Amino acid sequence: MADLHTVNKSPFEKNSLEAAIKFSLAGASILLIEDGVYGALKGTVAEDMVKGAMGDRKVYALKSDLMARAIKDDRIIEGIAVVDYAGFVDLVEANDKVQAWL
Amino acid sequence: MSEIKKFMYLNRRAPYGTIYAWESLEVVLIGAAFDQEVSLMFADDGVFQLVKGSDTSESDMKNFMPTYRTLGDYGVRHMYVDGASLAARGLTQDDLIEVAWEDFETEEEVDNIVEIVDADQVAKLMAESEVVFSF
Repeated sequence: MADLHTVNKSPFEKNSLEAAIKFSLAGASILLIEDGVYGALKGTVAEDMVKGAMGDRKVYALKSDLMARAIKDDRIIEGIAVVDYAGFVDLVEANDKVQAWL
Repeated sequence: MSEIKKFMYLNRRAPYGTIYAWESLEVVLIGAAFDQEVSLMFADDGVFQLVKGSDTSESDMKNFMPTYRTLGDYGVRHMYVDGASLAARGLTQDDLIEVAWEDFETEEEVDNIVEIVDADQVAKLMAESEVVFSF
């Protein structure tokens, strides 16, 4: 079992995503929610950091927050899984605990 | 009001995650009643406010993106976007909404008042403004 790390801040404004990546273990899941979904965008200054984490961790982004921020599927880094609210619940259930990075 | 001043609204926050973007928009709309020379500046995460295609149907939030398109009717003459902030976020002007402007007295028209500027221009435009409101 492993932990689910949620990130709700933009990676361009705060280092919450960077911290979540730095302080999470291999096998962990990282779920981008609210302004955290900007970390899922392709072609940004944060892309390499996210891709680096995806080697041994799974990265997810919440669909409703992507939609509100006009982030279409073709703008999302390959390999990031888009989940809806039910998928969020599944992730919570599948992991030992949830750790929030604010 | 007798004296017209140059107002600048500086927007540096993403929409939805915090209340800043919405508050800025409200102040711009209210301020329109005072007949000033109004410009908006979008920098850092503020550039996300102008990305077209927002859909809040699955969020419990009001989609206020259409309001930006009406700003030309509320006396906003310029909407500047910091080009480096756009590039750092993988965005180009094609990703942004267009906002038309028309002077109803002179019938002067501008198709799109959204303009990409560089950092030197950002600094100059803000320095030239008499009042800068930060959001």
